Amino acid sequence: MTATAPTRKASRFHWTRILIYALLIVFAIWFLMPVYVLLMASLKSQAEAMQMQNMWLPPRILGIRSFLIAWFGSNEPPATLGLEQGFWNSVMLVIPATIISTLIGSINGYVLAKWKFRGADFLFTLMLFGMFLPYQSILIPLVVTYQNFTKFTGIPLFATIPGLVVAHVIYGIPICTLIFRNYYAQLPTEMIEAARIDGANFFSIYRRILLPLSQPAFVVVVIWQFTSIWNDFLFGITLANTPKVYPITVSLNNIAGSFHVPYNVQMAAALITAIPPLLLYIFLGRYFIRGLMAGSLKG
Amino acid sequence: MSTSPQAIGSYTETALPKKRWLSRQNWERIVSILILLPSIIALGIFVYAFIAWTGFISLTAWNSAAPDFTFVGLQNYARIFIGSGTDAIRFRYDIRNEVGFLILFVGGSVIFGFLLATLLDRKIRGESVFRSIFLFPMAISFVVTGVAWRWVLTPGTQETGWVGINLLVTNLGLGGLRSGWFTDPTILFIRPDTALGQFLHSIGLGFIAAPDFGYAVAMSSIVLAAGWQMVGYTMALYLAGIRSIPDELREAARIDGATEWQVYRHVIIPLLRPVTLTVIIILAHIALKIFDLVYSMTGGVSAGFATDVPALNMWKTTFDATKFAQGASIAIILLLMVGVLIIPYLIWQTRSEAS
Repeated sequence: MTATAPTRKASRFHWTRILIYALLIVFAIWFLMPVYVLLMASLKSQAEAMQMQNMWLPPRILGIRSFLIAWFGSNEPPATLGLEQGFWNSVMLVIPATIISTLIGSINGYVLAKWKFRGADFLFTLMLFGMFLPYQSILIPLVVTYQNFTKFTGIPLFATIPGLVVAHVIYGIPICTLIFRNYYAQLPTEMIEAARIDGANFFSIYRRILLPLSQPAFVVVVIWQFTSIWNDFLFGITLANTPKVYPITVSLNNIAGSFHVPYNVQMAAALITAIPPLLLYIFLGRYFIRGLMAGSLKG
Repeated sequence: MSTSPQAIGSYTETALPKKRWLSRQNWERIVSILILLPSIIALGIFVYAFIAWTGFISLTAWNSAAPDFTFVGLQNYARIFIGSGTDAIRFRYDIRNEVGFLILFVGGSVIFGFLLATLLDRKIRGESVFRSIFLFPMAISFVVTGVAWRWVLTPGTQETGWVGINLLVTNLGLGGLRSGWFTDPTILFIRPDTALGQFLHSIGLGFIAAPDFGYAVAMSSIVLAAGWQMVGYTMALYLAGIRSIPDELREAARIDGATEWQVYRHVIIPLLRPVTLTVIIILAHIALKIFDLVYSMTGGVSAGFATDVPALNMWKTTFDATKFAQGASIAIILLLMVGVLIIPYLIWQTRSEAS
């Protein structure tokens, strides 16, 4: 009896370990399953993809024609519009919107963390609400404002890329400000006091002391903004009403929502749309996760 | 710096000549406010003034393409809340779907997110690989998720052949698990002629035993897809929470003879309560705002509004049907629902930071 007790304990330990790994592997399969199905469908020819009974099986003949059609579109009737235009629209939109909102967030965060005036925290809370706002509640005035702005000033905002940039910058201010504010708040204030005594002013403190230390916060915010602007659908489908301006998510939805586009092309289009943010996630995952955490407010 | 570290505090400036110090501080205060001003004005207009504007539109008769700002009071709200017109029925179904979705999505994400976090906390070999796999859906668009899951959950038919998950379960000999998924018109509800239905009736709650208070099975597909995307996020928040609990606390409990289960029950879970609250509020507000996923998965239409939700209804009513005032009223309801959740949370967060 005395000899069996430790063995039993050891084997029970063993079994819980196996159970834990088994559960983790089951979950991993579940998370990877849609990717598997997408890849399998997109690497098949149209004829093979139509054989639904084989949809869980790998392609008999590997091909990337679906990706070419998803990208360039197809002129064979019924003509399909490819993702190419939407992809470049998203690039043209995401780069300026990310840069501008990040810079604004940085300087705002500096003020709110290091130059607190009376009411600053209240103002900050009011700002933060913009982060959680259901955009449906501002969409109609936004569209009306854009259309009238174009009518009265002649400067096109509605259904233009600059118009989308403006929307993403403004509604991105809260989260960008939040991440920078929390980051700057944890840098010691003594450093700034010391610099002030040495004669540094508001701007030189920012430029010489905080900015050189801000690199991690910049990476987090740039990744966050890039991902959320790239992935946005609501502003895209509301503020852009022509294929010339559609961001990639709207192009994808049009391809996937159309009954005459074959499945292999739909799935290839979904994969192409997912690639840029996935690359960021794969190479800079650490910073990506920090951005996610910041999105729940506590830095 | 010749001053001792203790002297460098917020009062050091008093060492400078008083007049110069004051003007310098005032100048800096003005600059700092000027820097914030563009953002304050932009958000003041694009968030708060626009909300008020939407509120105003919801009180007008602008229900066709041409703007019409005739004041009609609460008519647009009455149309979705009262009576049995299409708008009222659709909105009741929206609320029913939203409530079912919210409970299952938030509950499921909390349970599975916590489970994954505790599994990963057991000194797992390849932890970072598992973590990356669980979290990668967070990086991609809801539209991609919708397209992928529509493909996986396309039901197919007996005649033309089963597709997706239905095909898989049929081949595995589990045909009973087949479902219409997001096209399933079934509404589960308490039937008035059952014992429970009659009991509810006897205590004056008979109205609950009706399809309006049921659960649309089709929403389960949205729960699956949204959960696939958000469980990793929940896991990441819980994992960070668990890792921030000092090991000594757990050790102390173990030394006191607590089993692993008791350590979780009495030490870890209570300490994670703030994380759970955060997770629930963030996920619930995502659930209320859910739009892209439903739009891309179902094309924005569903038989009997089985997968319709308020955010989708607002968009369709406003921009497809050009009933702007009606759309605005739904938007305001949506905003109120999100506000009830988020405003106390923002106050709680600001307070807990201040203390």
